Amino acid sequence: MARTKSRTAFPLRDVVNTFQKAFTDAPAKVKVLDIYIGAALLTIVLQFAYASLVGTFPFNSFLAGVFCCAGSAVLTLCLRLQISSGQLDMPVDRAFVEYALAMVVLFLACFCYLG
Amino acid sequence: MSASVTTDGGSVALAGGPSSGPRTGAVESKSRRSRSTSEKVALVACLTAICVLASSVRLFSVIKYESVIHEFDPYFNYRVTKFLSKEGFYSTWNFFDSFTWYPLGRVIGGTMYPGLIFTAGAVWNLLNWMHIPIDVQEVCVFTAPVFAAFCALATFLFMREVRGSGAGLVSAALISVVPSYISRSVAGSFDLEAVAIFALMFVFFLYVKTLNTGSLAWATGLFFGYLYMVASWGGYSFIVNLLPIHCLACIVFGRVSYKLYVAYAPFVVMGALACMNIPVIGFNAVLMSEHFASFFVFGLLHVVLLVQYTKKCLTPEAFNAAKRATLTFGAVVASAFVLIVVSYVAASPTFGWTGRSLSLLDPTYASKYIPIIASVSEHQPPTWSMYFTDLHVAALLAPAGLIICFMPLTDTSLFLALYGVTAVYFSGVMVRLMLVLAPAVCCLSGLALSEALSYLSQSLVVAADESEKSRTGSGTPAVKQQKDESEVSSAATPSKGKKSGGSAARNAEKTGSPKTKRYFLSIDVVAAGFLSISMLLAMFFRHGVYVSGNMYSSPSIVMQAGGRVIDDFREAYAWMRFNTPEDARIASWWDYGYQTTAMANRTVLVDNNTWNNTHIATVGKAMASSEKAAWDIFESLDADYVFVIFGGLIGYPSDDVNKFLWMVRIGGGEFPEIQESDYLDKHGAYRIDAGMGEGLRNSLVYKLSFYRFWDMPTGRKGFDRVRQTTIGYQDFELEYFEEVLTTSNWMVRVYKRKKAPNADFAMENVL
Repeated sequence: MARTKSRTAFPLRDVVNTFQKAFTDAPAKVKVLDIYIGAALLTIVLQFAYASLVGTFPFNSFLAGVFCCAGSAVLTLCLRLQISSGQLDMPVDRAFVEYALAMVVLFLACFCYLG
Repeated sequence: MSASVTTDGGSVALAGGPSSGPRTGAVESKSRRSRSTSEKVALVACLTAICVLASSVRLFSVIKYESVIHEFDPYFNYRVTKFLSKEGFYSTWNFFDSFTWYPLGRVIGGTMYPGLIFTAGAVWNLLNWMHIPIDVQEVCVFTAPVFAAFCALATFLFMREVRGSGAGLVSAALISVVPSYISRSVAGSFDLEAVAIFALMFVFFLYVKTLNTGSLAWATGLFFGYLYMVASWGGYSFIVNLLPIHCLACIVFGRVSYKLYVAYAPFVVMGALACMNIPVIGFNAVLMSEHFASFFVFGLLHVVLLVQYTKKCLTPEAFNAAKRATLTFGAVVASAFVLIVVSYVAASPTFGWTGRSLSLLDPTYASKYIPIIASVSEHQPPTWSMYFTDLHVAALLAPAGLIICFMPLTDTSLFLALYGVTAVYFSGVMVRLMLVLAPAVCCLSGLALSEALSYLSQSLVVAADESEKSRTGSGTPAVKQQKDESEVSSAATPSKGKKSGGSAARNAEKTGSPKTKRYFLSIDVVAAGFLSISMLLAMFFRHGVYVSGNMYSSPSIVMQAGGRVIDDFREAYAWMRFNTPEDARIASWWDYGYQTTAMANRTVLVDNNTWNNTHIATVGKAMASSEKAAWDIFESLDADYVFVIFGGLIGYPSDDVNKFLWMVRIGGGEFPEIQESDYLDKHGAYRIDAGMGEGLRNSLVYKLSFYRFWDMPTGRKGFDRVRQTTIGYQDFELEYFEEVLTTSNWMVRVYKRKKAPNADFAMENVL
């Protein structure tokens, strides 16, 4: 009985350990991308907390801010998936240039909407 | 099997290289290169021919009548484009129109879809910058044929991503003359669909290109294409729901890869931004149910990716443990979230959908709650004959194309299949949405025809090979190859979709024939097949051109009857322009509002935008009331002139007497004292002879339409040619309105509202 109990408890810790190992083992460039995604998501949470405290007026600025963070997280995740998929049919530098262009367009769209 | 080889020349050359022996390498590579060049030339020539055909088949109305803007809605677009050409882009973005919806005005900058107008304005500016002095009206009239050619190109690019150049060419050829698309994009029909269908196919092309390449550059292109689509048409909500459905289908079929994520996820975020930047949509992009599907599938995609990633990293027991923990914890969070969304959605009476979208999902909704949406003629469901008239052979071949989408099933062919199925549903709800079905059906039929043609041409090559082999024994591969080349090039001239199929067939035969036991037809069956497909396509093209010339080319503002031209509308608007004061207000039914502001250049009370139902209902009430009550209502609305459209003299069936019941219904929706039964006879029929309803006898529309009609020589005294009866109430006088214009065929009758006369004791009490 003790054996089975530890068997259910340990795999959860196993899960956490595996993720930690995957994060530390990743190359530095991918780590930076992961941290950036985390930061963008955290900014979204902060914005929602602020909006719930102060109200959502002006709504377009709130939406612009949220979508900017969400968009940069999504684009960075795209780049990360492209790099780690292993079947990318273009050089990594070109993927990064496309990513940079997409971010520029995203920020332009958000800036137009910021008000 | 032919799918993998039906690609354009370049990749066939690459694929065919290693399979042939070294001794024929030099000859083969040179012939392949030259053939790939000639293939490219043939491709470009075919596409040019398709574009020329697409533009010229839409020019019938300019040839038969004149270069004039058609119908009603295009006049609004033309007026705003004229404003744009005079004042510039920035002023148009902030344009407030005080000429319509008197006394409310209309914020045009915030309530129009700017894509078409800005496109025409940009084209006009470009032409003027190049010192080509074309009038704005000409640019507006010819926008639609030019963009139809672009749409054919976009369809070619889309189908090339789905299946190959052969399918692309056939689909482009079909869409260039499909009657459903022609009906909304003839020269002169300066309406939103003229550019919107091009934008639709272009967005689909960008999406499948991103799906195939998985590159963020194409995802950025998708954003710009989608921005143009959102700016052009309300039909963008079809795209924003179709792409989530496709993503969901890919998830269900287990086709999730990084390419799907790159195609879909940036589209959701940047697409929502694009929607919000267009003022007419604004916050609806995050508040209305139309967009919720895309956000829901966005979240679902992330969940699926996370599950995939964890499954890859963890051992099976660890994964199971994590799954159990997540499900117990996540179920609580997810149910809370679902509760919030459901309560938000249920709180609105339309479950968060806008009225127009809800009338698409529930076809009975509009007729029950919003009579104005139900009354528009384009919103009626189509009949079966319309499917055949509008789509002809393409509708019959589409199911075959749907099956071929699954053989083999790729992400892009799954997308095409879903597009076809959803478009079929929506086309059944409204005639206007047959337009969304037309490209789907053309693409599916193009797929089917291209498969058939490529199979036939492979059979032809194999049959020619067999006969060659039987004649010359085994023969050297080089000689055989030269002969094959000549066979293919000579046989390839009749039909255009076969070129790539022919050269690819050779490749298949070389690489595949000993291993794949594929059955090929004999040469007489092949000949019969080619002949029948050619006949089918010839009939389709003939039908398309005939329908375009005879059915869809009338500008509806100018008509022909028995050799003479009926130009009453423009006669009346010109009269109003030159014979009424500059600040006069003109009341009429909302159908004619856009034309009045554009051509007569006077202020109107209500127009085709129909954004204020109460205002329209007030005008409807006035039209349905007695002369005195109508005078009061028009006095309160400050209208100086009233006009009605009357077709009884020449037999024009869409006049105000026939539209009268809709005026009653819409007015009755706001003012319950207006009952439809008052205007019908005691058996419930709508008639204008002696047994007509009491309300109809006294109504303004009846009096203004039939005033002095009994003096006209139409056979029996007062015989109405449209209703085919003699009118029941004749020889009356108008006390509160004065006739100022009746056009030459009595189609437009303009009346001036009398100021309070000197001695009318009845009116004093009213005021």
